[in-house]
Amino acid sequence: MATIHIDNRPYPVKEGENLLQQCLSLGFNLPYFCWHPALGSVGACRQCAIKQFKNEEDKHGKIVMACMTPATDGARISIEDPEAREFRASIIEWLMINHPHDCPVCDEGGECHLQDMTVMTGHTYRRYRGRKRTFHNQNLGPLVNHEMNRCIQCYRCTRFYRDYAGGRDFDALVLRNEVYFGRHQDGTLESEFSGNLVEVCPTGVFTDKSLKQHYTRKWDFQTAPSVCVHCGLGCNTIPGERYGTLRRIHNRFNGAVNGYFLCDRGRYGYDFVNSERRIRRPALRNNRSEPLQPISKGEAVQFLAELLANGTRIIGIGSPRASIEANFALRTLVGPERFYAGVSEQDGRLLASMLDILGQGPARSPSLHEVELADAVLVLGEDVTNTAPLLALALRQSIRRQPQKMAEKMHIPHWNDHAVRAAVQQEQGPLFIAAIADTKLDDVATEMFRGVPDDLARLGFAVAHAIDPRAPPVSDLPDTMRTLADTIAKALKAAGRPLVVSGMGCANVAVIEAAASVAWALCNTGHAAELCFAVPECNSLGAAMIGGAHLELAFETVLGTAAYTGIAADTVIILENDLYHRADAAAVDRFLAAARNVVVIDHISHATSARADVVLPAGTFAETDGTLVNNEGRAQRFFQVFVPQGDIQESWRWAQDLITAAGADKDDPWLNLDQVTAACAASIPGLQPILRAAPTANFRIGGQKVPRQPHRYSGRTAMLANIDVHEPEPPEDPDAPLSFSMEGYPNHPPPALNPRFWAPGWNSVQALNKFQDEVGGALTGGDPGVRLIEPLPAGKVGYFTNIPSAFERRAGEWLVVPLRHIFGTEELSALAPALAELAAKPYLALNPDDAAELGLATGDDSQLQLQRNPGQKYRLPVRLEPGLQRGSAGLPVGLPVLAGIAVPAWGKVTGVGQETPS
Amino acid sequence: MWNSLKTMWTIFLHMFRRRVTIQYPDEKPVIPPRWRGRIILSRDPDGEERCVACYLCAAACPVDCIALQATEDEYGRRYPSFFRINFSRCIFCGYCEEACPTDAIQLTPDFEMGEYDRKNLVYEKEDLLIDGTGKYPGYNFYRVAGLAIKGKDKGDAQDEAPPVDLHRLLP
Amino acid sequence: MSELALAWSNVILILAVVFSFAALLSWIERRLLGVWQDRYGPNRVGPFGLLQIAADAIKLLSKEDWVPPFSEKALFVLAPVIIAVTTLLAFAVVPVAPGIGVVDLNIGLLFFLAMSSLGVYSIVLGGWASNNKYSLLGGFRAAAQMLSYEVFMGLSLMGVVMLAGSFNLRDIVAAQEDLWFCIPQILGFITFTVAGIAEARRLPFDLPEAENELVAGFHTEYSSMKFGLFFIGEYVGVILISAMMVTLFFGGWLGPLLPPLMWFLLKTFIVIGFFILLRASLPRPRYDQLMAYAWKVMLPLTLVNLLVTGAIVLAWKS
Repeated sequence: MATIHIDNRPYPVKEGENLLQQCLSLGFNLPYFCWHPALGSVGACRQCAIKQFKNEEDKHGKIVMACMTPATDGARISIEDPEAREFRASIIEWLMINHPHDCPVCDEGGECHLQDMTVMTGHTYRRYRGRKRTFHNQNLGPLVNHEMNRCIQCYRCTRFYRDYAGGRDFDALVLRNEVYFGRHQDGTLESEFSGNLVEVCPTGVFTDKSLKQHYTRKWDFQTAPSVCVHCGLGCNTIPGERYGTLRRIHNRFNGAVNGYFLCDRGRYGYDFVNSERRIRRPALRNNRSEPLQPISKGEAVQFLAELLANGTRIIGIGSPRASIEANFALRTLVGPERFYAGVSEQDGRLLASMLDILGQGPARSPSLHEVELADAVLVLGEDVTNTAPLLALALRQSIRRQPQKMAEKMHIPHWNDHAVRAAVQQEQGPLFIAAIADTKLDDVATEMFRGVPDDLARLGFAVAHAIDPRAPPVSDLPDTMRTLADTIAKALKAAGRPLVVSGMGCANVAVIEAAASVAWALCNTGHAAELCFAVPECNSLGAAMIGGAHLELAFETVLGTAAYTGIAADTVIILENDLYHRADAAAVDRFLAAARNVVVIDHISHATSARADVVLPAGTFAETDGTLVNNEGRAQRFFQVFVPQGDIQESWRWAQDLITAAGADKDDPWLNLDQVTAACAASIPGLQPILRAAPTANFRIGGQKVPRQPHRYSGRTAMLANIDVHEPEPPEDPDAPLSFSMEGYPNHPPPALNPRFWAPGWNSVQALNKFQDEVGGALTGGDPGVRLIEPLPAGKVGYFTNIPSAFERRAGEWLVVPLRHIFGTEELSALAPALAELAAKPYLALNPDDAAELGLATGDDSQLQLQRNPGQKYRLPVRLEPGLQRGSAGLPVGLPVLAGIAVPAWGKVTGVGQETPS
Repeated sequence: MWNSLKTMWTIFLHMFRRRVTIQYPDEKPVIPPRWRGRIILSRDPDGEERCVACYLCAAACPVDCIALQATEDEYGRRYPSFFRINFSRCIFCGYCEEACPTDAIQLTPDFEMGEYDRKNLVYEKEDLLIDGTGKYPGYNFYRVAGLAIKGKDKGDAQDEAPPVDLHRLLP
Repeated sequence: MSELALAWSNVILILAVVFSFAALLSWIERRLLGVWQDRYGPNRVGPFGLLQIAADAIKLLSKEDWVPPFSEKALFVLAPVIIAVTTLLAFAVVPVAPGIGVVDLNIGLLFFLAMSSLGVYSIVLGGWASNNKYSLLGGFRAAAQMLSYEVFMGLSLMGVVMLAGSFNLRDIVAAQEDLWFCIPQILGFITFTVAGIAEARRLPFDLPEAENELVAGFHTEYSSMKFGLFFIGEYVGVILISAMMVTLFFGGWLGPLLPPLMWFLLKTFIVIGFFILLRASLPRPRYDQLMAYAWKVMLPLTLVNLLVTGAIVLAWKS
């Protein structure tokens, strides 16, 4: 701690940090543009000018840029100095010279950093009467809107897009006062993080194109703290609702998880909530040949109560995309032994293995922030950009850790971004990527390895052996792999915070075990290694912790082919799950046909709900509350954003209604979420901490709830006046300490309940500064979420010995391996129109040599027959993938037409029209 | 006491003054043009809707009686897809007019809006939009804004330089 | 015509006239206020807005007769009845004209004083039974105000009694054959006027109602005809005080040319008009000013008047 004097008053600051960040942390309002807590300082905009004095006697001082000046003990500065003020006002006036007269029609208006800073510096009148510079805009795809006239040349966009997120197709073009930020030509931005430009840009150059479809100002959004449901990382979000539709997702800073950024799947996937395919009313059919008929909620519950009372034997199938509470409620309804996890046997084994490794082993699962701090990384078998995008962004930061030490030696402070980058040039920390095919992270990889999952696992085991000789050796290892393994081992051992990343991307237990072996080998040799697994869905780990037998067993139970006869069932309740995404279509068909009654509780209609006998409308993440467990094992609560119309209600409330209607002997029904959470925490081992994920519904500050609507929320007495001129009472919320109104505690609530970032004078996302103890650090009151899984001390667990043998090509057969895509493969976000436009199209990837052998070229139709199910033929266009190992074929699993195909699997590939080679 | 008596005498003398009351329904009062009465939405000199759906009137409204939704035509011109004022809540404070950056929303001297049914006081855009420029002739927001709309490309607005040629290499 | 029938016709006639005049007064007052404030007042219902009275009556009668659930119900209902009854009873002794009048009591003046002081119970009980802080405050104020002003109201009349040598109101009128008592009893006239306004709770002494601080004071919780009774009670009170002033100081029915009844009505109306002019022109005093005015100015004045009158009467008689 050092002391500096700001306007002749002493303040404690962190020595060596820049003055701008420290002044903001102290609560001063100092305007800035180019500086960003995550991007560092470059001193480009000259907006944060302050006066610095040599000593107490110095009355003259000199103007310095706060963001480029380190805080030193005893420094004397002035923010309020008239000359500094005038300087800042002039800078704003210059920046505003070419700024168009656009605020009323600009999407940034009302949450614009430029507006805030203009007001802050007191520039109220435009003196410039000359001509304004103009630009033509570019079409940057369906996600980001471009309005270049508004640019103030702060360079934040390129610094984020290129330097931080590793994008290549966007840059500063042209010269002097005509600098243009865009692509070389119109076209969709390639980066998966392009949506962050919306929040990074201090003004309205980059705005949210999906929000434009139903534009609403920031002050009109009803918001609640939420968690992204489109992958397993659990990024914190702020969804905004207006007029009953969900309209945008904004980032909700969580220092331990997503920090300042979101991926495009998380930001733009929300539109599924407004989808035509939403289930909004209960529906029933008495006869399977008839279509589903809408019925009332009462009738639906009555029908199901009779069903349950008539001695029907039911089973329940949970879901990894439903909250812990929803899964637990279904489990309570059907009984633990009749509850089945909503994942396939393969996925279930992978998840169980991960839980086991993280809970029993010595390696700790890091948060995303800790991933950024890792200084040597091995990615084993996971295409993180596509399965856990923000993890890829974190890894891109991790490679800067080691070069940063060079800069430190040269006495360049870490925040001096441009100087650090100039000093380290192309240097980067070790990042090894072993994957099935080329990944987008390869451009920063130290070394890469390509192979089928078994070979990736072998490499992992080899690395483990190279680190710790006690780990089992890998037999028949080629020299290239051995050398690579030694290199990786050496880099990991040399690192201070080595990290191993793996996941379910390969769908191979051996890969996961190999990754664990590497991490454990490091731990066992005295390195504090971390082990990060990517999981596919928002509650994959949480659902796995609740348990339940896998899906295939549920099928066998209903079909009567189960190996043991303990349970028989003819009725199945499926919770928020499309089984066709989990298992082979034919098997699901047989299962649904065999079940006498199929009840689906879901918010989106899909192939499974289309074949159901009873459909109950559940709420999406924006219409319900619940707890999700992310890949780190962090339980986080998401809160209801708005009250849906119609009979939509929480899945757990449907379960509760059925329990009550069936007259099951339950003493007191659950009346709110807290009771479900408490019951769950009490009965599932390992889930006790979820009670601490967020304050309960009884939580009040000064007797008040936290308002979901900002105090400037407009249209209260007019928005529903066309329906009824009498304003309705705001809905009650028994489940959360948040209210559906503007009334409530006006100041900063605890971080887990914070529905928005706003502070007086700070209307933009930069208001976040006021919610952090130190700008860029954790939220005041601690980053939300509670970790459920902690490692056991080192050395307790033996190494995995189940090392697969090397891959061998088979004549005429291909090992079909999974390829991942960020857009289109996740069931829910694929329904968002903006992302549907970007979704991958089905294809079959082949090594060019294999393709040549088959006589296939890019775009040719091929036919794929899986050995397991030869009757099913897939006709797919060929794509050449040089990274693929010969003898394997890549399939983009998860795309709607390819969902439910379990890979890796052996199959035959033929050109369409060609005969099957013998 | 004397004061009181004087007051009483003065008041008594008022018996012989002219009455100031205007017998309203029989006799129409003269309402000044800046009277804050019924709210209208005006059009710009080109006959297009002036409202760009910026939501500032709704935000300024102290009784929150304005609700609207912004939308865009195919050329990027903003306009409200619906615009609703609940006059049964309106207090005719004129803040909306003050907040309006495009002179679209204006208060008029019409105050005769009595209704027997409250719901008849809910005015939609069709009821609010007039065919003229109202009190402020001449102003056309899109002529000064940087946004391109149909018939006005980048650089065509007032005081705008032609768009920068990105492929020019001259210093 | 039997004496009984005559008495009854007197009663019914006076009751009818008083009631209709009280109702009419609500219109007259508003019109007069209009005249003095350069406006019209009610002029749209019927000719000159005269049917406004009927409209008001219909409105009052058709309003919900609400008894607050938190009130003291019996007293709440009783209070407005008391005021109507006591003020009307006081009218019994008013000598309208020779041969017109309900009773001719020897102690008519004392009866009037007694009845008018009973009226305060109505206000206090109404305010208290409403169980509402504004009503209660109004009741308190009424109690203190009436108590204070009644003290010198009675005393101020003693001069008149001394001059007339009787408590009988007809005798008092007769005693003014030569000179109206408002001349020799100028001090008594002034103090009685002030006390009378205060007794009738008219502006500027309407502190028990004081609508800009106490909502509506003691009758805040009253609606419909119960409110109507308070309303009528107030106007009857105004008529009563005016009639008493005419009787005691302006020679009652005495006057040349016109029949006695007309003289009485004319004088009464002028006094009522004066009351309305007071309302139109004077602001309401502060509460402490009101009390100080009663005890520190009015009471000494009355006593001085009493002494001087007594001395003169003694001297003149002897």
